[in-house]
Amino acid sequence: MDIIKQPWPWYVAGPLIGLIVPALLILGNKTFGISSTLRQICAACIPANISFFKYDWKKDTWNLFFIAGIVIGGFIAAHLLSDPGPVGINPKTIVALQQQGIKDFSGLLPQDIFSFKALTTLKGFVFIVIGGFLVGFGTRYAGGCTSGHAIMGVSSLQWPSLVATCCFMIGGFVMTWLILPYLLQL
Amino acid sequence: MKNLKFLLVGMCFGIILIKSEVISWFRIQEMFRLQAFHMYGIIGSAIVVAMISILLIKRFNIKTIHQEAIIIPDKQFNWGYVYGGLIFGLGWALTGACPGPIFAQIGSGILVTTLTLLSAVAGTWVYGLLREKLPH
Repeated sequence: MDIIKQPWPWYVAGPLIGLIVPALLILGNKTFGISSTLRQICAACIPANISFFKYDWKKDTWNLFFIAGIVIGGFIAAHLLSDPGPVGINPKTIVALQQQGIKDFSGLLPQDIFSFKALTTLKGFVFIVIGGFLVGFGTRYAGGCTSGHAIMGVSSLQWPSLVATCCFMIGGFVMTWLILPYLLQL
Repeated sequence: MKNLKFLLVGMCFGIILIKSEVISWFRIQEMFRLQAFHMYGIIGSAIVVAMISILLIKRFNIKTIHQEAIIIPDKQFNWGYVYGGLIFGLGWALTGACPGPIFAQIGSGILVTTLTLLSAVAGTWVYGLLREKLPH
């Protein structure tokens, strides 16, 4: 039980995530990818006569079950299989983030930024709301996210997915190194 | 009922995401600051295992459980992959989450990320609205 309760190292988690790809293919010819569910939610709830959302979303309800499963899995892991404690990141990252104003390292996300209380501040709004918007807009524009492009696309040798994955990383580096220091000062 | 199996696969994925701390903002920061191998190891080994699996499926002509041939559609390059990819990267480093992990974060009880999700849905909607005017 101790092994389950401890955080899993990369060489356990990575291969298990990789096995999701053949599992979905063999269970029903489904290609791994999460961001298309955001499009489906739009098509189902707020189609607003936009052609991009006029398609038979009901044919792909499997991935709505898949994301419901992720939520349930998240609940089970956090409540039954976890030994809650700070994430064991590199102490250098902690020092660097402390210098930029992060104080709380106790959870999975810093409470200084990600809490309902912080939401009323400009900083919280930028990270939670603007950040979420960029994620949703960007993944759809890019035709996929880390699961669809970086894992499914690259592993099936699709070079456009490799291009997209490199751009994900470049965007992340630009934000972390050039923009984030200013946003953390807000 | 036929979709229940995907719920179970999703549950496994959600558990792995939490147990490996992939959904942690701190882990994403550590990755983009090049201060740990953890995230690169996860993504890299996932790709290798998925790649070997796909090769085996093709080599041995493995069928689905319903005896259908397995088909992986090819992706056609367009410039949206570049522009959208860069925009997604900016959001990834800000929120510390991509679409899958957002759902796991909500499940784990970090309820404020429900707003990240709603905002991501809004972002997808605005993309749909502007799609024809954007360069691809």
